[in-house]
Amino acid sequence: MTNEILIAGFGGQGVLFAGKILAYCGLMDNKELSWLPSYGPEMRGGTCNCSVCISDEPVGSPLVLTPDILIAMNQPSFDKFVGTVKAGGTVFVDSTLVDCACDRTDIKIFGIPSSQLADENELKGGSNIILLGKIIKETGIFTLDTMKKAIEKVVPPSKAALIANNFRAIELGMNS
Amino acid sequence: MERNLMKGNEALAEAAIRAGCKCFFGYPITPQTELAAYMAKRMNKAGGVFLQAESEIAAVNMVLGAASTGVRAMTSSSSPGISLKSEGISYLAGSDVPAVIINVERGGPGLGGIQPSQQDYWQATKGLGHGDFHLIVYAPASVQEMVDMVVTAFNKADEYRVPAMILADGLLGQMMEPVAFPEISAEQPDKSSWAANGHKNSREHHIVNSLYIDPKTLEDKIIERYERYAKIKENEADAELYLTDDADIVVCAFGATSRVVKSAINDARAMGIKVGMCRPKTVWPFPEKQIREACANASKVLCVEMSMGQMIDDVKLALNCEKPVEFFGRTGGVIPTPAEVLDKIKSMGGNK
Repeated sequence: MTNEILIAGFGGQGVLFAGKILAYCGLMDNKELSWLPSYGPEMRGGTCNCSVCISDEPVGSPLVLTPDILIAMNQPSFDKFVGTVKAGGTVFVDSTLVDCACDRTDIKIFGIPSSQLADENELKGGSNIILLGKIIKETGIFTLDTMKKAIEKVVPPSKAALIANNFRAIELGMNS
Repeated sequence: MERNLMKGNEALAEAAIRAGCKCFFGYPITPQTELAAYMAKRMNKAGGVFLQAESEIAAVNMVLGAASTGVRAMTSSSSPGISLKSEGISYLAGSDVPAVIINVERGGPGLGGIQPSQQDYWQATKGLGHGDFHLIVYAPASVQEMVDMVVTAFNKADEYRVPAMILADGLLGQMMEPVAFPEISAEQPDKSSWAANGHKNSREHHIVNSLYIDPKTLEDKIIERYERYAKIKENEADAELYLTDDADIVVCAFGATSRVVKSAINDARAMGIKVGMCRPKTVWPFPEKQIREACANASKVLCVEMSMGQMIDDVKLALNCEKPVEFFGRTGGVIPTPAEVLDKIKSMGGNK
């Protein structure tokens, strides 16, 4: 069983950080995994994406071209990648920023106003984490416990005060 | 062993420190910069020296100086930077000074691009600088292998008194994977018979040099070095064989490309196509024996690279051109997809 995840958005939205949390979830659950950021010209143009593979087998190509799960945090990313999602796949969208209308019927699309939720709950920049909460609720790819452990691992000790906020963001996403 | 998540570039740096590397000289270039950044953060605390040189050329010559005194020293760069270092690497080889050089390849030629490539295969294995010489060249395919191969590279460089290279690429350098660090013996080989270090006039001077004006002396030096190369060829060539026992088509690929190929092979096997892979883990010495064994029962061979086709020459030589060797590659920073490789495998037929 392999889950190929693609996270895409603007630089500064926490695309790579969200990917890192998913990668650490895999590490916590003793899975095989890879995390690959875009670092090419597209990143220098302000957009950013990140491939995460979580698997029971050693990961082959770490570059996700046909994701099982897509997280789209801006319109260009949604438009560019929604067509690449595998049939039966799932898409999570920050619906505050993205119009996620799409004529595909073989995938599930969840629009969550995650930017708005983050602002309303004084979780500035927490839209990415809210989306992760929604993902674990809808896909069951990881447990809440695993994700909390991963967050504790990813947030650097100098910013430990932010762990509680991240936990709050996850729960907001799960309940959205 | 505890598993950590690390970028390939960071894992290369940490492995070098644990292998007893005391001096790192670097100059930033995408996509290897995290390596130098990690060294800047860690090396001083680990009791070593990190120095950002004014250029790649300066950095490699600092490695020549430091390694001449017998300490373990390393430099790293990406393709255009390695070209700049080539003069110093030739001097390292000509002075019989062991050191480790890391190339996290990007697209070329010239300034090229910043995306992953394997276009420096010829440079690494055939002609990294002027003169008759070789480096031992390791080609990792995972972050864990980057760690293991850095440790091996330092050990083998010391054992044979030759420079060694890790030939990686931007994909491996940038990706994170779980990695565990093996226990590494703190003991290092005795270099007191040749190292040019302080001795308070207690012995004759040691001279580390690559200049031999008398042709016969120089020829003897080179012939002695080639005797060491012969031992390296005999003992150090290494490859991974994947599903080759019953394979009708054998794919040869190294580094990041081998991961793409593995995905394609798994898909092809699911369709009943008998295909396997031979993955060189050292590209110099080239694992000729392993390739011949892997291809013994195959009717066709395919070489897949992130270049216009460079390793394919060595594959053909290893097989004495006795089997047809086809090629598939993407270049300039484009990463081949498993689907493209699968299409190529399908187009070659292959007995089910």
